[in-house]
Amino acid sequence: MLITCPHCGPRDISEFAYQGEGGRTRPDPASTDLEAWNAYVYQRLNTAGAHDEIWQHAGGCRSHLAVVRDTLTHEIASVRFAREHGAPAHGRRKPGARK
Amino acid sequence: MAEYSAFSLLRNALAGNRDWKPAWRKPNPKPSYDVIVIGGGGHGLSTAYYLAKEHGITNVAVLEKGYLGSGNVGRNTTAVRSNYLLPQNTRFYEHSMKMWENLSHDLNYNVMFSQRGVLNLAHTPGQFDDYARRGNAMRHLGVDARLMTPAEIARRVPGLDMSRSARFPIHGGLMQERAGTARHDAVAWGYARGADRRGVDIIENCEVTGFLRDGDRVVGVATSRGEIRAGKVAVAVAGSTGRVMRMAGIDRMPIESQVLQAFVSESLKPFLDTVVTFGMGHFYVGQSDKGGLIYGGDLDGYNSYAQRGSLPIVEEVMSEMLALFPSLATVRVLRSWGGICDMSMDGSPIITKGPLPGMYLNCGWCYGGFKATPASGFCFAHTIARDAPHELNAGFTLDRFSRGAVIDDKGQGPTPRLH
Repeated sequence: MLITCPHCGPRDISEFAYQGEGGRTRPDPASTDLEAWNAYVYQRLNTAGAHDEIWQHAGGCRSHLAVVRDTLTHEIASVRFAREHGAPAHGRRKPGARK
Repeated sequence: MAEYSAFSLLRNALAGNRDWKPAWRKPNPKPSYDVIVIGGGGHGLSTAYYLAKEHGITNVAVLEKGYLGSGNVGRNTTAVRSNYLLPQNTRFYEHSMKMWENLSHDLNYNVMFSQRGVLNLAHTPGQFDDYARRGNAMRHLGVDARLMTPAEIARRVPGLDMSRSARFPIHGGLMQERAGTARHDAVAWGYARGADRRGVDIIENCEVTGFLRDGDRVVGVATSRGEIRAGKVAVAVAGSTGRVMRMAGIDRMPIESQVLQAFVSESLKPFLDTVVTFGMGHFYVGQSDKGGLIYGGDLDGYNSYAQRGSLPIVEEVMSEMLALFPSLATVRVLRSWGGICDMSMDGSPIITKGPLPGMYLNCGWCYGGFKATPASGFCFAHTIARDAPHELNAGFTLDRFSRGAVIDDKGQGPTPRLH
C-alpha cells in the first residue's frame, strides 16, 4: 500500500504511523464532560468502506495527513494535510482557531 | 446422525465410507425462534450449544452469512492458553482452559486438543521480572506457570538461537505447560453437531440485512432468506461487529476492526513440540500435526475489513522467526491469509446484555478469540438465558469504558493495534 504524501509524493505504508480514526476532536483539557471524553477516547465509527483517518508521515516529513481510505479495498481516495482538512492532529487546535 | 467410534470407523472403512451422515442438518428457517444467534463461528455455535445443553433452550437458530468455519474460527493460529495478568481475564480464560481439557469428551468429537505448552521468551532481565510477576499472578489464581532458565529452554526447544551474540539473546521464559493447540475446524464442527443434535437450527448462507424493531426493542432480524422473529437476538460476529451493530442503529462502538495475518510453512519433520512466542516483537509459532509451522505476528495496524494483509508485516514476521530460529531460513511458506479482528479499546472482550432491549452482544475478542470459544459460549448462553451475566463475564460489559473500569491486561491504553 502506498500513501501519496502531499509533501513527499508516493511512499510505502511502512513510513507512516497510523493515528486512528479522523473526525474526532479532543475536548478541551479542562472539560469535565464525561460523555464527550468517552466519545473521543473510546467510541469509533469503524466504517466498512470510505474511512476518514489520520496518518503521520513519521518516516518522512512528519506531517499529519487526513486520508480517506476504503477499508474493504485499501483504495485511497484522498490525502490532505490534516491542518488544511480542518481535522486537527489529536490534542491540537486548528492553527488560528479561536479558543 | 453420525456417531464416531472405533466401531463406526471400522464399519465405514469396510463399507467404503458410503454410510457417513452429514454432521448437521440443513434446515430452512422457521418464522420465529426463542433465540437467534447471529454468527456461525466458534462463539456463536458454542453459545447455541450451551443454550441447549445448560439451559434447555433448544428453539434456537444460528444464522451464518457464509458456510460454517469460513470466518476466524478457521483462520486462527490455534493456540489455547490462559496466561493473563489481570484476575478477570485469568479466571475467564482458565475456565475456558478447563473446558478445553474435557471438550472432546463433552462433544464426542475429537478437537485434537494438545497440551504441548506455550513458552513466552524473555530477552532482558526486566522482561524476565515482568514474566515472573505475571506467572505469580497466574499461580495465585491456581493457574500453572513456570519460569524457565536458558539452559532449560535450550533443552526443550532445540532449534532456538540461544547464543549470546543473537540480536536479542534469550534470557529466560515463562511456560504454561497446560496451554497448547487445538484443531480449529473441528471445534466449529463439533459444536455445530452438538447444537444440531439438541434441536438448534444451523442456517448457513443466511445473511442478516437488518433488525426488526418494536419501538426500541429488537424482535427479530431481516435476512437474505426472509424475516425471522425471535424473543432474544444475540450478536456474535467478531470482526463484523461494527457493520452489524450499525444495522441496529448503533453507529459507534469501542471496537476497531483490523486484519491479522497468519502463515503456514511446508511440512517439516517434528521440530517443535510446543508453542513459542518472541518477546522483543510480536511473533508466535507452533507446529501442526501435519508438520507445517503455523505462525503469525502483529496486526497490520490500521482499520481493515479486507481479509488479506500487506507486505511490511509479512517481512517483519519472517525476520522475527529467523531471529529465533535461524535454521528455518530455507523453509518455504505454503499459505498466508488474513482474518478480521474486533480489537477492543482495552484488549478485553465484551459479553453483555444489550445495548438494545432484546439484544445480547459478544465481541471485542481482539486476536485471542479462539481459546475463549468454550467459555465465551458458556458465559454468553448464561447471559442470554438468565438475563444476567455469569460471574466470569460480569466485568466484560460495554459500559466499562465510560465508567473507567477498563480491563487492560497489557496496559496499553485505548490504542487497539497495541493490545
